[in-house]
This record gives sequence, C-alpha cells and structure tokens, in this order.
Amino acid sequence: MDAREWIERFAELVEAEADHLTRLDAAIGDGDHGTNLNRGLRAAMASLHADLPPGKVLTTAGRALISKTGGASGPLYGTALRRAGKALGDTPEVGAGELATALRAALEGVRELGRAEEGDKTMIDALAPAVAAYAATAAEGMPAAVRAALDAAEKGAEATIPLQARKGRASYLGARSVGHLDPGAASTVLLFRALADVTPAGA
Amino acid sequence: MKKLIDAVDDVVLDALRGMAAAHPSLRVDLDERIIARADAPRPGKVGLVSGGGSGHEPLHGGFVGYGMLDAACPGEVFTSPVPDQILAATNAVSGGAGVVHIIKNYTGDVLNFQMAAELAGDDDIEVVPVMIDDDVAVQDSTFTAGRRGTGATLFAEKTAGALAEAGGSLSEVAAVATEVNERTRSFGVALTACTVPAAGRPTFDLGEDEIELGIGIHGEPGRERTRLRTASEIVDVALSAIDDDMPLSGSEVLVMVNGMGGTPLMELYAAYAAVADWLSGHGATVGRRLVGNYVTSLDMAGCMISVCRLTPRLAELWDAPVETPGLRWGR
Repeated sequence: MDAREWIERFAELVEAEADHLTRLDAAIGDGDHGTNLNRGLRAAMASLHADLPPGKVLTTAGRALISKTGGASGPLYGTALRRAGKALGDTPEVGAGELATALRAALEGVRELGRAEEGDKTMIDALAPAVAAYAATAAEGMPAAVRAALDAAEKGAEATIPLQARKGRASYLGARSVGHLDPGAASTVLLFRALADVTPAGA
Repeated sequence: MKKLIDAVDDVVLDALRGMAAAHPSLRVDLDERIIARADAPRPGKVGLVSGGGSGHEPLHGGFVGYGMLDAACPGEVFTSPVPDQILAATNAVSGGAGVVHIIKNYTGDVLNFQMAAELAGDDDIEVVPVMIDDDVAVQDSTFTAGRRGTGATLFAEKTAGALAEAGGSLSEVAAVATEVNERTRSFGVALTACTVPAAGRPTFDLGEDEIELGIGIHGEPGRERTRLRTASEIVDVALSAIDDDMPLSGSEVLVMVNGMGGTPLMELYAAYAAVADWLSGHGATVGRRLVGNYVTSLDMAGCMISVCRLTPRLAELWDAPVETPGLRWGR
C-alpha cells in the first residue's frame, strides 16, 4: 500500500464530491463539510514532501488536516490518519497485517475524540464496519480485504439514512435528522474507495 | 446569491483586512488570522480568547478591546478556527497570568480548542476553558451534542473581560464566565435561512408563511417549523421556553434582543417592547438590556432572546467600561 497515493486519491475523490458532501451537510448540519475537507486535504497534500515512509506520510497529512481544516472533520480525520501513521511506525512496506493494525488505531482515535458510538449517525457508522470487515478478510490478502472494507463502509453509510443523529450538529434536529445520509459517513466511504482505487488487484 | 463580496474564497480574509483598516486599536494578523488588542500581551493580566466560525459578527472580533476580549480567532464561515490559530491567539495575549478560552458548545469548536489547549500546555501557558451552552431549544442533552452556545457568549465575554481588566485571577475570571453561562438561557427564531457564501444557496428552505423555532446560530434548522406568528407571539414562545427552564419571576435580569443579521432594528425594538411587557407581566425586573445585532448568523432574519439572572456583582461587571468595535460605554 502506497500511503501517499492513498491520500492523494482521497483528496481527488473529495474534490470531485465536495459539492455533494456539502449538500448532504446542508440538509442536517451547516453545509460546509465538502468545502472544509477539500481545503484540509489540499493542505495535507502540500505538506507531504518526497521520500517519507508510509507511517510518516499519514502522521504528516494528519497533522496538516488538524491544522488547516477547521470544523469537527479536521480533528477527526486528522486524528485518524495520525493514529494510523503512528501504528505503522517506521515500517518501509505496508502489508495486509500492518494495514489492519493501522486501521484499528485510526478507529480508536476517532472514537476517543468524538465519543460517538455506532448508531449515532456519524462517520463511525461507516468506519467501524469497514475496519471490522478489513480485519475479518485480511488473511485473504490486501485487495480482498480492502474491497470488503469498502463494501462495509458503503453499507454502513447507507444505513445512517434512517437513523436519528445523537452526535454533532445534526443531533439538534432530533427526529428531523432521519431520512438523510450522514455527510461524515459519506466522506468515510471516499477514504475507503481511495484505498481500493490504489490497491492493485494482485498486490 | 447576491452578496457584497469580491471573491467567495477571500471573504473572511477581506473582512479581516477591513477590520484592520477600520479599527487602529486592534492588531490584526492576516497570516495567523487573529484579531488582538494592540496593547496585548499585558504583563500580569489574565488573557481572554474566544473564537468560532465567521459570519457571527460583531462576535467575536468586534468584542476585542478594553474591558472585553484580548484576542479572537475567526474561522472560515461557520467553521471553527483551527488549533494553530487558537494557539497563536493564546500566545499573543499571554501575560504570564494564564489564558481563559471562551468556547461555544459546538463539536468543531470544542475539538479544535481542546487540541489548542494541549499545544498551549506544551508551551507552559495555563489555559482554562469555559464552555458556553445557554440554548434552551436543545432539550435532550443526553441524545445530542448538548446545548449550543449562543447569546450568553457575549455576556460571558463582557463580564469576564471586565474582571480580567480589574486584575482578577485566572480562576476568578473563568469562574465568572461559568457563572454567567449558568445563569443565562437563550432561544432563537428564524424568519429566513441564511446563505453561506461558499454554498451559494440558503441553508434550508422556509416557506413565505413559515418560521423556524429554536434555531442555533450557524444556519442549522431548529427544533420545530411552524406558521408565521406576530412578534408578541414569537416573544411569548421564546420567553416561555426560557422561563420553563429557568424561572424568571422575582429576578433582576439582563436581557438581550439580538438580531440574526437580516432583521431591521425597528422590528427588534418592536420585539423588545413585547419582551419588556412579558417580563414585567411575569414578575421579572429588567435591570440591564441590549437591543441590536450582536451574535448574528450572516443574513438570517429573525432574533434570539437571551436572559441572564443578574447578581449585584454581575451588574457591576456589566456596567464596567468597555471599548470595542461592537460594544462601548463608560470610557
């Protein structure tokens, strides 16, 4: 897994989907998720100089996201990448097992900071099943595990639609948050789509 | 979208350049994106920093100056400032006596200020956070992110700022901000949604004859949509919600009728007349009052009513001299 390609692809996907994410956020939040994450990821890309080991790529990009994004998504995605990067340490090559550890660390970081549980209608609803699906499939190799993670993230995001939000700004809507896709879960799908896009089938 | 802006991406920066040009008493750092008092840091004085998304002006930058905030860090529109920015503001006002962060309870603000406080600790600056959550429209705090910070933010910045100016210690300044928050309740009503420049369209759709009750200050929808009512009826809904949560009878109160940015002052005064009648009819005495656009939500029409149960000491701190772009008296 090439960490730089992963973040680069995530940035591309978020840029392409920025308007969509912002519209999702306007429905149940304050309408800035796509704009913010796009700005933060551009800053993250600019912070990455050449020849960093994978772990360092993720911690550096995470620090830039925290510094430059604003809103809740900066600290949350930034912490996810930083924890994943720290879990990778100095390893020069990321295999299926290392990635499982990194993804688990990312999930823990987001849980601790946001204090959200599954079912609260947040990014956790896509992230947690994706990380679990990856771990359950990791023995079959990275391409299969990444594909399983993406499928689980998509299903998890889709499943936020009927939920009532209990964390973040959407929670103020109460029952009126029902019927909308959570924007944070939607952008989490892009994180895993990016991972799938940069993982060659034979890797 | 019709807006008086040059470029959507530059609107926050251009507003900061305007603040710098209009108010020589402020030191505006366009790179760090902070607004500080020109005389900061003052040795021995507790620093007072607040911040949040842009679009609420004059909150917070317009309340930087003598007797109120030492610095403000404005984020992008309706987006919390980033930790680097908050840290820069904290460093800029640290006079060795510690710094109080006044934080409106929104997930983004809370997370970014929390990260900044950790970084400030690394620099040996003692930071005490005070969370503002006065909005009674959020009823069930267990299943939400908790009550939002709205009008009490101004009351806390004013009173804590006065105490810091008078030489209050870090814990005293934080305590008075906390006390004001505990004694204040707010309720907001929108007649229209607002338009975030980057989004280009209103954040929610309201019919010609509809209003939104229990709004926050970020263009997010409120707790209930209902038909348009008279000013007196709207005031009754708002003050009843406040009174249910914190009985007002027998209290001397500080009351603010705050415009959301798109409502004429004429209408705010009409609402204030109804507020004054309601309060006297319910056994409360208006000790201090403020009518105008102070905690806004871009071009949203509507108002927010905030009521603080005063103590003699809080009234004294409210009356203390203040000299900022948005609030000035007694000096």
